[in-house]
Amino acid sequence: MTDATIAAVHDREAAAASRRHFFSRTIIYALLTIFAVIYLAPLLILVFNSFREQPEIAQNGLIAFPRSFQLKAWAEAWSTYCIGGTCEGMRRNFLNSLWMAVPATMLSTLLGAMNGYVLSKWRFKGSEVLFTLMLLGVFMPGQIALMPWAFLLGKVGLTNSTYGLILIHVVQGISFTTLFCRNYYVSIPDDLIKAARIDGAGFWRIFRRIILPLSPPILIVTVIWQFTGIWNEYLFGVVFTSGREQPITAALVALTASGTNVRAYDVMSAAVLIGALPPLLVYFLGGKYFVRGLTQGAIK
Amino acid sequence: MSSLTIRNLRKSFGAVEVLKGINIEARTGEFIALVGPSGCGKSTLLAMIAGLESVSEGEIRIGDRLVNSVAPKDRDIAMVFQSYALYPTMTVRENITFGMESRGVPKPQRDEAVKRVAALLQIEPLLKRKPGQLSGGQRQRVAMGRALVRDPKLFLFDEPLSNLDAKLRVDMRTEIKKLHHRVGKTTVYVTHDQVEAMTLASRIAVMHQGQVQQFDEPQVVYDRPANMFVAGFMGSPAMNFIPATLTTDAEGKPAVSFKATGGTAVLTLQDGISPGAAGRDVILGVRPEHIFRYSHELKASKKSIARVDAPVEMVEPTGAETIGLMRFGELEVTGRFDPDEAPRMGETITLGIDMSHACLFDPVTRNLI
Repeated sequence: MTDATIAAVHDREAAAASRRHFFSRTIIYALLTIFAVIYLAPLLILVFNSFREQPEIAQNGLIAFPRSFQLKAWAEAWSTYCIGGTCEGMRRNFLNSLWMAVPATMLSTLLGAMNGYVLSKWRFKGSEVLFTLMLLGVFMPGQIALMPWAFLLGKVGLTNSTYGLILIHVVQGISFTTLFCRNYYVSIPDDLIKAARIDGAGFWRIFRRIILPLSPPILIVTVIWQFTGIWNEYLFGVVFTSGREQPITAALVALTASGTNVRAYDVMSAAVLIGALPPLLVYFLGGKYFVRGLTQGAIK
Repeated sequence: MSSLTIRNLRKSFGAVEVLKGINIEARTGEFIALVGPSGCGKSTLLAMIAGLESVSEGEIRIGDRLVNSVAPKDRDIAMVFQSYALYPTMTVRENITFGMESRGVPKPQRDEAVKRVAALLQIEPLLKRKPGQLSGGQRQRVAMGRALVRDPKLFLFDEPLSNLDAKLRVDMRTEIKKLHHRVGKTTVYVTHDQVEAMTLASRIAVMHQGQVQQFDEPQVVYDRPANMFVAGFMGSPAMNFIPATLTTDAEGKPAVSFKATGGTAVLTLQDGISPGAAGRDVILGVRPEHIFRYSHELKASKKSIARVDAPVEMVEPTGAETIGLMRFGELEVTGRFDPDEAPRMGETITLGIDMSHACLFDPVTRNLI
């Protein structure tokens, strides 16, 4: 009898709690949905417009539900659309970006790993000062370096060339890659290095056989960070290259500026999406490693 | 022949001097334990022998060779780390062969060496595993395997057992001792555990504040500690220190007197000891196991037994023995008793102190008299 009473009271309280819970959850998810829509809307509009026909866009406006379907815009954006006098589409610029971002990412990551290795495991007099100075690069806006780069690229004859951009991105990226790798390597116990030194391994063998095999989590982080940053970079691309040599971000601007007649919103949308695909792809493939790599130490 | 000679070795980090003139010599095949509290410089000393820390002053010789500025890999040493320092991405086999691989030893020879060491340490079933898949004791074995496979002139151990649980630690201690007997290599072993030092070493160097306090065989260090630091550090429970004054007993023999509960106690010293003029202040050092419940049989069986009455304040049975805390005036004195004759709480016990094992220290210099 008593038991039943107690149970009933508890049931009532439990029911109230579960109602409150349901109510608050509903509000939370409603808010989340609203913000998700706000964030996704631009992407959604782009995707829609890249498949809509130009006359329909002109008629119903840029922001509208698609009533027509075509794949032509993508093909045109990729290979035939005219930008600034040449009619080769985005393909060349896309390849420029790829040819710039892949080597620059690899080189800056490798250099960052080596810097991090030295600054964490082979400290020397002044290495902390050096590291602090390198960190300044993280906070330095790119435009500060515009003039010096212009001077330097001119001197070595790398203006209007993808190689020039590779050089810029490698140097500009070293601060970040060094920071990532150094902070990760600090958590590798020094005893490992000592043991390896007694075992007869030198600087490079320790790097290759002990440090690098422990590095994938942080290398994935660095590669994603660098690739996305370099691919999306715009300032250096637009300043130091022109026409056929431009990376895709710079070419997109030329595309919007080259409107002689009617603006081809369908092609532009497709072109923008082409330009956004690689970083998105990298994110979808490696995103989960990104968070994991940033939060996890070297030795579990 | 000595296989390790350390002379006037000094080490400073900036203005801080952590080693202040170390002298140690290890004969071939000897097992030297460096023991001391944390911060005494023992690990730094070991790192300097290994070549991982530079030498500020003095010299280190391995065999006949001065190695002050020789790289670690060229010193012909092997080291076992406290953290084991196994390479986490390599299998046990790769961990063991990494040193040989670095030195360019051909593969057949490497395989042969791994087989020998794996059999010696009984780790054959583990060879394909990664360190992360091993238990603490297994990692310990692999770390020793990595050292053993080298067949070096000198083995260095840096607190290798301190990461193991109590039972495993005792097992591995025995195993290290057996291994040393079988392999017979000169070994330097750093530990903060005085029991490890006592059980393993052929000689112990007790270190404190960057200096070797005493370097001698375990039993000598235990029985005749060079100073009060060594006396207090070696042995558990620690030696009792009783401030006392030199005097003579009723028969005119040298004795010490101190204030005990209910009057002055006069303890006749062992025959043949004359530590100085009467009236001199000394510190009487008595180990807990040299304090007994007084009886006539005891008096008859030991040469110099002195009697003291003391109230019992606390009793701690451990099974094998019972620790009793007795009050001597203002001091608390620890005794280890056979459970059969253990004191009871509140009792005033008559103690027999075996003065043949007592030590006297100078209260100023704190050195053994």
